[in-house]
This record gives sequence, C-alpha cells and structure tokens, in this order.
Amino acid sequence: MTTTVDEPTTQRDVAQKSATEPLIFERSKKGRRGYQLPTLDVPEQALDSILPASLRREEIADEVEVSEVDVIRHFTRLSKLNVSIDAGLYPLGSCTMKHNPRINEEIARTPGFAWSHPLQAEHQVQGNLELLWHLEQTLKEIFGLPRVTLQPVAGAHGELTGILMVHKALAKTGNARKYILIPDSAHGTNPASAAFAGYQIKELKSNARGTVDLSTLEAAVNEDVAALMITVPNTLGVFESEIKAMANILHAKGAYLYCDGANLNSFVGIARPGDMGIDVIHSNLHKTFSTPHGGGGPGAGPVGVSESLVPFLPTPTIERREDGTFYCDFSHPDSIGRMRAFHGNFNVLVRALTYMRSMGPTGLRRIAQIAVLNANYIRARLRKAYHLPYDAPSLHEVVFSDKLQTPKDVHTLDIAKRLMDYGFHPPTIYFPLIVSGALMIEPTESEPKEELDAFCEAMLAIARETEERPELVRSAPHTTPVRRLDEARAARQPILRWRK
Amino acid sequence: MATPEDNRYAKSHEYVHLEGDVATVGITDYAQKELGDVVFVELPQVGSQLDAGDELGSIESVKAVSELFTPVSGEVIEINEALADNPALVNTDAWGDGWMVRIKCTDVTEVDELMTAEEYDEFIEKESAH
Amino acid sequence: MTLPDPTASSNSHRYISNAGEDIREMLDTIGVESVDRLFDTIPDAVKLKGLLDIPGPWSEIESRRWFRGLAARNKSAADHVSFLGGGAYGHYQPAVIDQLLLRAEWLTAYTPYQPEVSQGTLQSIFEYQTHQCLLTGLDVANASLYDGSTALCEAVLLAERLQKGKKKVVFAKSIHPHYIETVRTYMQNLGIEIVEVAWNADGRVNLDELRAASSDAFAVAVQSPNFLGVIEDYDAIAGATEGLTRISVIAEATSMGVLAPPGQHGFDVCVGEGQAWGIPPQFGGPYVGFMVVRDALKRHMPGRLVGETVDVDGRRAYVLTLATREQHIRRGKATSNICTNEALIALAANMYLSLLGKEGLREVATQCLQKAAYMRAKLREIHSVELPFDGPVYNEMVVRTPFPAEVILADLEHEKILGGIPLGTFYDGHANDFLVAVTELNTREQIDQYVAALSAAISRERR
Repeated sequence: MTTTVDEPTTQRDVAQKSATEPLIFERSKKGRRGYQLPTLDVPEQALDSILPASLRREEIADEVEVSEVDVIRHFTRLSKLNVSIDAGLYPLGSCTMKHNPRINEEIARTPGFAWSHPLQAEHQVQGNLELLWHLEQTLKEIFGLPRVTLQPVAGAHGELTGILMVHKALAKTGNARKYILIPDSAHGTNPASAAFAGYQIKELKSNARGTVDLSTLEAAVNEDVAALMITVPNTLGVFESEIKAMANILHAKGAYLYCDGANLNSFVGIARPGDMGIDVIHSNLHKTFSTPHGGGGPGAGPVGVSESLVPFLPTPTIERREDGTFYCDFSHPDSIGRMRAFHGNFNVLVRALTYMRSMGPTGLRRIAQIAVLNANYIRARLRKAYHLPYDAPSLHEVVFSDKLQTPKDVHTLDIAKRLMDYGFHPPTIYFPLIVSGALMIEPTESEPKEELDAFCEAMLAIARETEERPELVRSAPHTTPVRRLDEARAARQPILRWRK
Repeated sequence: MATPEDNRYAKSHEYVHLEGDVATVGITDYAQKELGDVVFVELPQVGSQLDAGDELGSIESVKAVSELFTPVSGEVIEINEALADNPALVNTDAWGDGWMVRIKCTDVTEVDELMTAEEYDEFIEKESAH
Repeated sequence: MTLPDPTASSNSHRYISNAGEDIREMLDTIGVESVDRLFDTIPDAVKLKGLLDIPGPWSEIESRRWFRGLAARNKSAADHVSFLGGGAYGHYQPAVIDQLLLRAEWLTAYTPYQPEVSQGTLQSIFEYQTHQCLLTGLDVANASLYDGSTALCEAVLLAERLQKGKKKVVFAKSIHPHYIETVRTYMQNLGIEIVEVAWNADGRVNLDELRAASSDAFAVAVQSPNFLGVIEDYDAIAGATEGLTRISVIAEATSMGVLAPPGQHGFDVCVGEGQAWGIPPQFGGPYVGFMVVRDALKRHMPGRLVGETVDVDGRRAYVLTLATREQHIRRGKATSNICTNEALIALAANMYLSLLGKEGLREVATQCLQKAAYMRAKLREIHSVELPFDGPVYNEMVVRTPFPAEVILADLEHEKILGGIPLGTFYDGHANDFLVAVTELNTREQIDQYVAALSAAISRERR
C-alpha cells in the first residue's frame, strides 16, 4: 500500500477547516440569554439593606450574552477542531493515550457519588469511603506496597507528595539530606517536584543503553543523597534491569528509591514496584487506568509507599473498622499533612476503580502484554526508515530520531506536522532530551493491528516524501484547521485574553 | 556575518565591547542563531554589582531558556530597555541594537582573559562539529 | 499456576483489540516467538509468578450492580435537601454542559501540545482565561490549577518569587482550613512562615493585627466570603497591608457575580476554587483551581497559558505560550511542577460562564444573597439560635445553638436535611456552631422546613 497526501488532497472536511470559530465573546449580542432560573421565591429585599454598595459590583463588564443554541453550536464546532483518541491512534509517548471506556463515565455520574459532599459526616458517606478503601487495596496489590495515598490529583502532585514523605522520614533521623538524583532522561516534573520539596538536583548521565549504570549510581550516592527518582521503564521505554541492585545501593546509604510510575502501563500485572525494591511510586491514573485525559486533566496521582514511609503518608487515611464500617483517620503524628482540600479527585478515582474492575487480574496483565507488543510492532516496522538512537529492547514505547531525515533538512517537527495530514496525532517530540530530534511513540494496547499498520504506512510514506519531496514535509501540515503557527509572535507580545 | 575584531568573547557566547572602563555585553550572532527566535530577555537591575561569571539574566526562545553570564566584574550602569518591547533585536542585530547591558568594570584586565574574534571562531567551529 | 496464553481467543478483552491471529502475525514481524519474550529485560526475580489478587474482570452489568450499591450507601444531596457549603457548593448545572463534555473531542484528547490539531481545546482555554479576567478585574489568568487549596499554594510561591529576603506570609485565619493546611504542607521545607490573623466579632479579619503582622511579610492572603461566610472589606485590607503582594482567595466562585472584584480593590493575585460554577460536589473532586494576576506578574505564573497568534496563512489561532516558565523546559527552576491540570473542568466552567453570561451570573449571585438574607431573618426568629458573626454574608453563615452541632445535625438528618458542617471540626471553642449554605437550588419551602426542623430539634434537645 502506498499512501500519499498531496496539498490539495485532504482527509478532512474542507468546510470544517475553512470555518474557524469566533470567540464566544464575539458571538455575544445584547439581550440573548442561555439560562433560566426559577423566579425568586423569597421576599426580595433592597440590595443596599443586605450588602453595602462598596462591597458590590455594578456589572460584569463585557461578559457574554448568548443563547443555549449559540453555546451548543460554539462548543460543538470548537470540538471538531480537536483530534482525540476516539477518532484514532494518538501515540503521544509518555501519555498512554488509551481507550476511555464509557462505563467509567456513567458510574462516576451516579447521583449518590456526584452529589455527595466532601464535608459530610462519615456515616453518611460510607459508600464513598468503602470505594476509596477498595481502590487502595487494589493499588496496594498492583504496586506490591503496604499503603497507598489517594489524595494527589496528578502525577506531579504525587511526585511532590512522595518526595515530601522522603524528606520527612529522613528529617526524622536527624538529616533530611540535600540532593535528589535524577537521570538526564527524566520528565521535567521530577526535578521541579524535588525542588519544591526542598531539594537540589543532581543529574545522572545515561549510558549507551539509555539506562543508568550501577557504577554511575554508586559514585553519586552518599550521605547527602535523599533519593533517586527514576522512571521505570525509562522514557526510552527501556527497563532498568538492575533496578533491584540500584535499590540496594541506595538503601545501603540510607537513601530511598522513588519511581515515576508514568510508564506503569508497560508492566502492570507483570511485575510489581514493591518487589523491585522501590520505596515510593506514583501512578498517573489518567494514563494506565484510563480515566480520560480530558484535554489536559483532571487526573489523579496516588502514591504507594514501602513500610518505612507509611507513618508519613498525607492525612487523612481511610481505614476499615472491625465492624466493616469505614472512617477517616487523622491520627498520624508524623504525617506530611494534607496535600489538597478534601479527598483528592474522588470522581477520577471512581473511574479508575471501575476500570480496574473491568480489567481484573487477567485484563491488567493483558494491557501490558499488548501495549508492549504494539510498540514493538511499530519499532520493527519503522526501524529501517527511522533512526533508532538506543537499540536496547524497549517495552511500551519506542523512541526514534530524525537523524536519517536531517540531511534533507527535514526535522522531527516536520515529520510530526506531516503526520497530521495523514490523520494521526503526532508522537511526543523532542523528548527525552537525551535524544536529539526525538520521536517518542506509544501506541498503547487499545490499537488494532490495522490502525498500527496505517500509522506505520504513514510514517513510511513521510520517510519517502522526505527523499522525494522534502518541501512537502517541511511545509506541513496542509490539511488541518489551521497550519503552522507563529509561536514567537505569541510569546513576544502575549495576547492572553480577549478584549472588547 | 563576520565576528567583529574589536570585541572579546566568552565560552558561554557573550561578547564584550570595551570603551574606556565601560563594557557593553550581548550575545554573539552564532548564539542567537542557535537559540532561534528570541522572545524575552530578562536583565538585571541597573546598579547591580556583579562578579565575572555571575548570572546576568536569561534569554528565552519559544521552547528554550538560556542563562546569560557576565564575563566581567562591575556595576550594571545601563540595560537595553528596547529589548523589553522588541526582543527580536537580538536576532536581527546581535552585535548592535541587540546589546544587553553596560557594565562599569572594576578590572578591565579581565577582558584580556577572553577570546579574540579569531579564537572564538575556532571555538564555535569545534563546538558545532559535535 | 499457568498464566493465560495471550493468543487464545478466550483471553481477549473488550478494550483491547488485538487477539489471536493478529498477535501471532505481529510476533512474526517483530521476530520473537512469544509475547513473554518481549519482557526479557525484566529480571525473573522481580516478575510476578501468578496473577494479581484483585477482583474482576467484570462485565458492565456487574460493575453497575456493585458501584450503584456503594453509591446507594451514601446519603447525599441526591436524596436529601442540602445546605452544605464550606468550599463545595450545590449549584444549578445546565444540562447542556455534561452532554457537551461527553463529546469525544473534549473528553479523550490531551494537553494541546500540537496546536494545529488542538484548536478547540486551546480556544476554549483562551475563553476561560478571559472569563477569569472579567470576573476578578485582573489581567492574566492561567489554564487551570488543581483546586482552590493548591492554587493558594501556588499564589504564595509566586509572591515569594517576586521579592528577595522576606520569608513570612500573613493569612487571615478565616481562609478555608483545608487550604491553610495544604499551604503548610507545601511550604514545610521552603522556610516560609505562615502567620494567621484572627477574626473580629463580626467575622472579618482583625485589621490591627493584620497591619502589625504585615510589617516584615512579603504577602497577605484573605478569603472572601471567608470560611465563616462573611464578606471581607478589600479596601480596608489593602490599606492595612501597604507594599505587600495581596492575594484574594475565592472559595465560592458564584459570589463574583455580585461582589466587588478584587483586582479593582488593591489585590494583585486572585486564586480560588471554580467548583461553584456548576460542578457537582462529587465528594471533593475533580474541581478546578484558578489564578489571575496583574499583567506585570505574568512571567511568574505557574501552569499553562494560552495566547493568540496567527498561522502561516495569517489565520487567527491559539497556542500554549510563555512555556519557558514551565517544568518541561525549566525543570528544577520552573515556576511550578504542575503538568496535567483540570482542563475538562475548566472547559465545563467556560460553558457554565458562557451559558449564564452577564445576566445569569448576576442573577445566581443575587438569588444566593436574597435567600441567605431570608434564611438569616428566619433563623433569628428561633429563640436560642444565634448567628454569632454579624458581618455581611453572601450565601453562607455560622449558626449557633445551645447544643453540640453534631447532635442538632443528626436531628436534621432524620428529616432528610443535610443541615450544615460542624465548625468545631476546624476551630476550638466552636462545638455548638455549624456552617449553613443556601443557593439558588434551595427553595423558600426548603428554607422554611429547615427553620422548622431546627426549631423542633432544639426543643427536642431541651427536653
């Protein structure tokens, strides 16, 4: 099969791309309304008698006036300018863009969950507390760790939670230490979270496999090091086979092993972090456990910990009494405290537990198996056309570079943009930083072979176009609602809001 | 564009143009090309006292940020206000209107430690070969 | 035990397409004989020997049965009349919003890293940012933060970055107690001291203490309406805190429909919780934190910002901008570690603010004000009920009876009323006080029933 998309040949609806949608503020017309409230049923008092004028505003100047029809049209048209996982492969590496089952959405909307209030008395919310308790039990089993906090609401929030626990545990021994070790292949959130937890960062160089050498780690670990933060498998998709030895090196010096669980999808049900000697791990539930990504959240980032960190978990923890009732336990004197108001992103946790139950032990294992199979299939099909900077066996994602294309002055950005013309969301690009011109592809277990083949055909076609018609690739995309943007202009003279 | 002979250069790609004891500091044309479209330049306050090697500010492109270091010690006596509204000057005229700060040097001999134009050209040739 | 063979069709799963023959073909292409071989880099010593010990796999039928069973064990606003607030409010959610949120293009996309195929999300964020600016009277809003409590953490960190040397921030004690606790957690290793200033008899922050505490601080934060329900006097607070970065915290976002915007009354930063914009209370999350600042502070902002630009054909378009502040570029020196935020909830808020619009936001706020005023007047008629704080309120108030709050609230629960939040949970010396909120969802009849039930409960306890 040969696929070629030329400038005039569009895979998208031409009418759709030509009509960019005005801002909702530009649709506003005086006198329109999009809501109705019941008529005020209490005797109306003069506003001045309730609230002095100095505390009030006269109006919300420039706020919109639109009808319900306007709003539906607007947000429906806007939505059509997005691509999404429901429409096709969305191989954004490190993001685990998998199928989002709708039963999760339905269950999260059950009125008893949706309309329960976070400050209700415990006896009124036994269903919620039981659900949280079961989710913790399930995550404990998945992690192989004795306790899990469900409070963090995103991966980065979990990282901060975990490193604060490490800090407090070490401080308790008299020395909180100074440094967190982070490999140069890490996500940017790792150093940022470590810094906000009060640490300085020491970067570890990756070896030729893209992993961390034991000798590098050994040389870096001393009594000033609080923890190593490592992504398993790393951002190249390569598993740190020496993970247990790494844990031993750290533990021998009293330091902790933190695992960024962003890539848990590649080994869930196959191996457990706790069995690897990992002391702390966060899991991005919107990734591995398919609560939807929602255009950038909400997520959740529960954190599992080893026995020595249990006393430092955020409060409250959810506990079961002998009579089978559940309660919030605030009596943890060494706790780092509360990471967020209320109970975290409860209704994201509901979706995640629904997903875990839908999968069960066999399904979770199958997730990892097929995610890794799919990634390796892409790797096998594309490795002749694209440079593989690290050829160590990879699990759920594969990282190529633009090295074979740069002689034609075609770069990763161009390849990514050209993929859009073929109807695919691009992979993660220019990450990890240790690969020049990285293309990080994570297909997930959801994708059928046909979709993977179509993606591979598109990538191969782009490689051919690079040889034959590089300008076509350099000037892509050609068929999207808008084409390449002037990002420098956006940053030089920022326009960050509409003004009348 | 030829590297001006009357400047001296640091390995971190700043240039110094000395007149009397006042050093005008900017980044080289090579550096601006490596950065791409400059979108923001953060500069120190006038009156700041700096030692050679101190962080002077930062230069941002759309997707990168680079720290700017002072190659000389002294007091910042002027900053290029025009960069606030027009950071693109760094791209269009790195040697001229894209200058960044003027420093009253406490020790002008520090400038002698820096590279000449010829040495800098050799330096970037080696660097870009990597 | 034997582990399931991934190629056996009996082991396929409805969410995972590839099975049977496809798997064998793909293994051939890869050049390995089994799926297991793909995991050779994971040492046997750490591999599971069997399956995880967890329930499932469940069909949708089984999931519905179990989860609905759990939900049925809650008592909630779904089957009770609710007067609960305390940072999570029951407001009207137009039906349109949830229907639109379920569109795949919103629900199943991710962060708009690639603007050419994400203009929907980007433009919506730009609109959301604009709503925040109009409501708060400030200049620049970000794409969202986790919630109100963490937004306050980010505001304190931002204010600290604006200056050098000072390490003290002054908080009104009447800021939501969970927010203060969260800030203390965030700041525990950063050497930032948090000083709390008490409230007066009217429930407003004590200005003399505030002034005194402010002398060596870098920022001040107050919440309005505060946790006691009382509206603070922004101008007076600004007058008492010269030279500080002033942070306004808003936990009841609909209040902005009628209350003076902080940006026009001396405040530099406004952070808060957007849940009241029609997001169900859902046991505390997901909600949406917001942050709006003066223009001069925009480069210190945490989180994502969307800006306007043009494409190569000159068409207006939107893009993530000023990204060099963020963790993926500046790593350990970023303005925040935030990455995934609350985009879908921010989208819901944009829809809500657009549907309600200029008139609706005012009408919701005015109804809240009027109903709270009506309820206060009715409560005052009950002998032995006190409203201990007489400062102006929006839609929430502290109610005091001669009996422990839990006892009274349990009595109300018998009448199918979720009657309030005990204040003694948060503050010493308030065992008989509870927080009561009323919104446009509460009818006059419900308020009258509440007052009658409370009156009866007090009589009952008196006997």
